[in-house]
Amino acid sequence: MSIDHTTVRHIARLARLAVADDAVAPLARELERVLALADQLTTADLSGIAPMAHPHAQPLAWREDRVTEPDRADAFLALAPDARGGLYLVPKVIE
Amino acid sequence: MSAATPPVSIARLAADLAARRVSAAELAQDALAAARAQTSLNAFVTLDDAGATAAAQAADVSLARGAAPALTGIPCAHKDIFCTDGVRTTCASRMLEQFVPPYDASVVERLKAGGAVAIGKTNLDEFAMGSSNENSAFGAVCNPWDPTRVPGGSSGGSAAAVAAGIVPFATGTDTGGSIRQPAAFCGITGLKPTYGRVSRWGMIAFASSLDCGGVLARSAEDCAHVLGAIAGHDARDATSVDRAAEDYVGALQQPLAGLRIGIAREYFGAGIDDAVAHGVRAALAELEKRGAKLVEVSLPNAHLAIPAYYVIAPAEASSNLARYDGVRYGHRCANPTSLEDLYTRSRAEGFGAEVKRRILVGTYALSAGYYDAYYLRAQRVRRLIANDFTAAFDTCDLIAGPTTPSVAFALGEKSGDPLAMYAADVNTVAVNLAGLPAISLPAGFDRGLPFGLQLIAPAFAEARLLTAGHALQQATDFHTRRPDADSHGSRRPGVPA
Repeated sequence: MSIDHTTVRHIARLARLAVADDAVAPLARELERVLALADQLTTADLSGIAPMAHPHAQPLAWREDRVTEPDRADAFLALAPDARGGLYLVPKVIE
Repeated sequence: MSAATPPVSIARLAADLAARRVSAAELAQDALAAARAQTSLNAFVTLDDAGATAAAQAADVSLARGAAPALTGIPCAHKDIFCTDGVRTTCASRMLEQFVPPYDASVVERLKAGGAVAIGKTNLDEFAMGSSNENSAFGAVCNPWDPTRVPGGSSGGSAAAVAAGIVPFATGTDTGGSIRQPAAFCGITGLKPTYGRVSRWGMIAFASSLDCGGVLARSAEDCAHVLGAIAGHDARDATSVDRAAEDYVGALQQPLAGLRIGIAREYFGAGIDDAVAHGVRAALAELEKRGAKLVEVSLPNAHLAIPAYYVIAPAEASSNLARYDGVRYGHRCANPTSLEDLYTRSRAEGFGAEVKRRILVGTYALSAGYYDAYYLRAQRVRRLIANDFTAAFDTCDLIAGPTTPSVAFALGEKSGDPLAMYAADVNTVAVNLAGLPAISLPAGFDRGLPFGLQLIAPAFAEARLLTAGHALQQATDFHTRRPDADSHGSRRPGVPA
């Protein structure tokens, strides 16, 4: 699998990672090497084998639909780089 | 410390505390002093003097009253991936350099309730992504047996802190070998429980279907005491299994007679150093002398574990680490010009090279057009690997092999080559893909450096791992050896008469 620079920029965009121009070429080579490793998976005979997403077959746990946590909004908002009046602040999205 | 004064067990420390021959305050101060005397190891990201002092005082009060929980007053350290209320939790990342959680992880909460005294937070590979502890934003950790070598990773700080005698035990997490591999490299015992046995709540997520909290300590016996305190159902973790913890300490005295240990031929294949393979077989022979029966087993898809793991773990990481957006917590870039700019620059500045590499690989494997070819195919191979274990356990009770292909490698030796680093996980990642419990036990020394025997059990058979581990540690003294300046390089493996 050969990875071109357009692909690196596309994947970085999907991952929301800024990539400097001079980092694109080395990243393309690194991704190629890791994907070459992953290509070894094509040697396996997978006929009749279902995907396994999780170690346990157990169904997801359900719980009663009621509030179990106290309101700690202030403690969590205090972790934000920028918050005011109970809101997280980000650069303006809509003009 | 020298070889003449073997490390003190948790049970012995607990007896000394109960008899008031030593106080929890003294043990905590000794541990903090030992950590400060060995700062060159870089095992700790944060030391919590105030928290340790307060917890030790409370422990002494409850010890004076009597009937204190089993770990009361025992010093410990937490891998800096477990959230600690009011104590900075960095995950060894610039992204979380200033993050002070307002709550404790379940594992931290349970150990507090058990009376253990945490002295600080240990170094790790950033977000637990690494096998050498060189991927930490706060610098590499050194191996106490040889400071020019890696301690293993990602729980390298925890392993080094225990091996250096700073604390009797430390918590760790294991996504692809991150407890067992550093335990092997540092000459200590590392237990990765069954997936779901220990709550992941408050444990910063890397790959959620693989991540597992566990313990690094000096012996199987010490691991049994700690596992008993941290195992059990937690309603806050939907993948926590609703099954009571067992009597792990009681399991230590179970006889080995009749236990079938399967020697997996693939785990002794190409790339495994002769000295390590030979030493591991010698350790297995000790278990045979104690009544275990050695049988040959095969795990025919073992060679596919690394490729499957290095698709699945990055895919899950890319999804989990999407939460670091520079908005709710963590690093935020200066003067963002737009929301997009805020996201992309905050993440580019906050994450290190290996974390970015895995996010990109995972994003690629999950992207339109490649999902089936990579992610889904890896998940199908994952089932093949799990099926291999199920089939092997038809003819044996435990599966054995070397934990790692070699002893600890040199700092810098593999850090420039991600694929060479990934190959160090060859014997450990399959266990996580299948969700099984496994233990690494000190099994010998090669050129003065320790290596480990890995035992793997069926799901929820941690007690069986501890029975076998304790039996080995009754027969050998590898786990009692300690690194120190005058004996480094001169010790030779040996079994007491």
